[in-house]
Amino acid sequence: MPLADARAMLPALHVANADEAADRHLLESLADWCLHYTPLVALDPPHGLLLDITGAAHLFGGEKALLDRSRNSLCRQGLAVQGAIAGSAMAAHALARYRNSVVVPPGEDAKAVAMLPVEALALDPATTHAFRHAGLKTIGQAAIRKRSELTARFGAQMVFALDHALGQVNKPISPRIALSDYMAERIFAEPLVAEDAILETLRGLAASLATLLAERGEGARQLEATFFRADGKVRRIAITTAGPTRDPAIIARLFREKLAALADPLDPGFGFDLIRLAADRAERCETETAGFETRTNEEKEIAFLVDRLAARFGAQCILVFRPNDTHIPEAASVALPAQAAEPSKLLWKSIRGREDAPRRPLRMFAKPEPIEVPATEVPEGPPKRFRWRRVVHEMAFAEGPERIAMEWWRHQTPQPTRDYFRLEDVNGRRFWVYREGLYIYETGRPRWFLQGLFA
Amino acid sequence: MTAAEKIVSLRSTIARVGLQDAGVQTRVALGHRGTDACLHGGLLKGALHEVFPMAAGDGAAAAGFVTVLAARVAGGRRLLWLRPDFAALEYGEIAAPGLRELGLDPGRFLLLRAPDVTSLLRAGFDALSCTELGALVLEIPGTPRILDLAASRRFVLGAAQSGVTVFLLRWNAEAEPSAAETRWLVRAGRSRADCPPSALRATSPASGGGNICRGRTAWDWGYPLFEAELVRNRHGRAGFWVMEWNCDDRLFRAANPGAVVSPAADRPAAAENASRIA
Repeated sequence: MPLADARAMLPALHVANADEAADRHLLESLADWCLHYTPLVALDPPHGLLLDITGAAHLFGGEKALLDRSRNSLCRQGLAVQGAIAGSAMAAHALARYRNSVVVPPGEDAKAVAMLPVEALALDPATTHAFRHAGLKTIGQAAIRKRSELTARFGAQMVFALDHALGQVNKPISPRIALSDYMAERIFAEPLVAEDAILETLRGLAASLATLLAERGEGARQLEATFFRADGKVRRIAITTAGPTRDPAIIARLFREKLAALADPLDPGFGFDLIRLAADRAERCETETAGFETRTNEEKEIAFLVDRLAARFGAQCILVFRPNDTHIPEAASVALPAQAAEPSKLLWKSIRGREDAPRRPLRMFAKPEPIEVPATEVPEGPPKRFRWRRVVHEMAFAEGPERIAMEWWRHQTPQPTRDYFRLEDVNGRRFWVYREGLYIYETGRPRWFLQGLFA
Repeated sequence: MTAAEKIVSLRSTIARVGLQDAGVQTRVALGHRGTDACLHGGLLKGALHEVFPMAAGDGAAAAGFVTVLAARVAGGRRLLWLRPDFAALEYGEIAAPGLRELGLDPGRFLLLRAPDVTSLLRAGFDALSCTELGALVLEIPGTPRILDLAASRRFVLGAAQSGVTVFLLRWNAEAEPSAAETRWLVRAGRSRADCPPSALRATSPASGGGNICRGRTAWDWGYPLFEAELVRNRHGRAGFWVMEWNCDDRLFRAANPGAVVSPAADRPAAAENASRIA
C-alpha cells in the first residue's frame, strides 16, 4: 500500500525509515538466543530464522511443546512471531508464513504445502508472476507437473525450491556458528543467579566435557561458555589455554579468573536458564601417565599460571621474549604472548666477548628519546655532556662508536646510520646513546638520541 | 656449574653450619664474601626483599640489581616480572638482549604488563601459589596506599609457604615499614674512579687501540657495578658494599679487589639532585 493511501486512512500514522542494519542486528541477537534450543541456527533474512531441531525436540517435551515454548518466549520479548515445524527447511519457511504454528508429521511435507500459494516458495517476483500466468496458483498444482516441463520454463533453481518444499530433496541449513565437537550444557527449571552456583555448574560441565575429550585423547585449547538469560540476553565468555587441558578444576579456575576480571560483569538479571560449555579448539593431549615424562610438572604449573594471568589480564599482557634475526637494537628481541609463543629456532646471541662489559642496555626505550648535545670536541666523537629530560648529565667516560647501519633492504628511503656510544656519567650511571646520520655524507647536523640505560 | 660457582655454594653451606633458621628455607649465596657473611650464607629464599634506588637517577642500577639478584635466586627456574604498563614509557622496556648480556637466559623470563598497581599486586599474590616459579619481581612506581604493612606481610607469608622468593623494585617511593627480610638501597658504581676525565675521548680500533686505564682497554669498562647498602636485615647486620656482577660466572664479586671502598659520603649531593629523572 502506498504511504499516501495509508495516511489517508490514518492521518496520525507514525512513519519511520526502514533500518536494515538494525533489523539484521536484532535478527542476529535472536539467533543467539535461539541457540538455547539447538546449536544449529541459521539466519533466513530479512526476518526469519531456521532452526535444525533434529534430536533436540525431546529435551523440551516434543516438537509441539518446543514450538509453543519458543514462540511464547519470543512473544514475551515483544515480537510478533510465526513458526512451523516441517521436514525440510523450505517447507517450514513456507508454512511459518502461511499456516502459523503447524507441526508437520514426518514424511507429510508434500501434503502440508500443497495448498499454499506459489509465493510461499520465496522465488523472485518475475518467476512467481510467470507461475500465476501459467495457471499454477498453488504449490500442489506445480508439484504434479513434469519436472522437465518446469525446468524448461522456469529454470532449475525453481524446481529445486519446489522439491525442497515438498521434502523430496534436502538442503541442510548453514548455521551461523560452527558446531563444536565437544559440548555440554545444563538447563535449569529455576533460573540460576548465584555466582557460586554458576561456577559450580561450569565445573560440572567441564567434567562432562573432560569425559568426551578423554575418549578422543584430546584437550581443549579454547573454551567458550554461553549464558542464556531468562529474558533473552545471551552472553558468551571465552578462555584460552597455553596447552591442551581437560582438568575440570583448571577450567573452572580459569573461568573464575575471567569472570572476576570482566570489565562488563556477567549480569544474571533474573537468572540463567541454560549454561553451555563448548570446546572450540581441541588438540591432541597425551594421557596423564605419558604426559608425566614429556611435559614436566614445572611446565604444567607455569602454563597454568600463564593461563590464569591471561584470563585475568588478556593474552597480550603476559609475554615471553623471543630472539629476532636482526641487528637493529630495538628489534633484536620481541615480546610475544606467552600462550601462543612457539619455541624459537634462533638462539640468544651474546654480543660481548668473555670478560667484557655488557654491550646492550638492560632497559631500552621503545622510542629512543631525543637528547640535546652541545657541539662535540671531535665531530665524530662522543658527547661530553647531554641534556635528557631537562637534566644535564656530565660524562666521565665514553666508549664507541659502534656503527650500526639500518637495513636498507627493508626501507624504501635510506635510513640514517647510527653511531652508538656507551657513556658513563660522573655518578657511574651508564647510558646508551647514538648519533643519527653520518656527518657530511648523510646530514649536516646530526641528532642525538638516548636509546637505553645500562644496569 | 663453574668452579667459581661451586666454591661459592660450598662457602655458603659452611656459613650456614650451626645456624638456626637453615631449616626449610635455604639461602642463595651471592658470591660476594662480605655480603654472604652478613647474610649468613646468602639471600634467604622464600622471603620478601625490597630494592630502592638511592636517587631517582639510579633506577636503572636498581633494576639491574634486582634482575641479577632474582635471576641468581631463581636458578634455572622461571622468573615472573610484573610491572604496570605505563612503567615502560617512564623507565624503559626490559630488553632481552640486555638480559643476555648480563649472562642471563631471557627465555626464562615471563613478563606481565598489568593495567594498574592494584591488579599488579593481586596478580602477585596469585602467582605466589605457583610453587614452580623461581622468583617473582614486582616493579612498583610511587607509594600506592594499597601496598601497606599488611600487604607486605601477605607477601612474606605467601613466599614462605610456596618457597617463591619475592622482590619488590620500588621507584620514586617513600621507604615505609614493611615485613621484608632485607631492604637494599642501590646506586650505580663508578668504574675506575681514578680514571682521569681525559679518558673521555672517542676510542675505536681505528684510532690505535684507545685509552688504557687500569690495565684494561677503554672500550671495556668492566662488569656492571653496584653500590649496595643493606639498610635492613631481619637476621643480621646492615652493611655497604661495592659489588660487581660477573656476567660470565653469574656471581657477585667485590669490585676492584684491593681498592679502598669509597664511603657513601664522598658523592656530591648536588650531582645527585641534578641527575634526578625529571
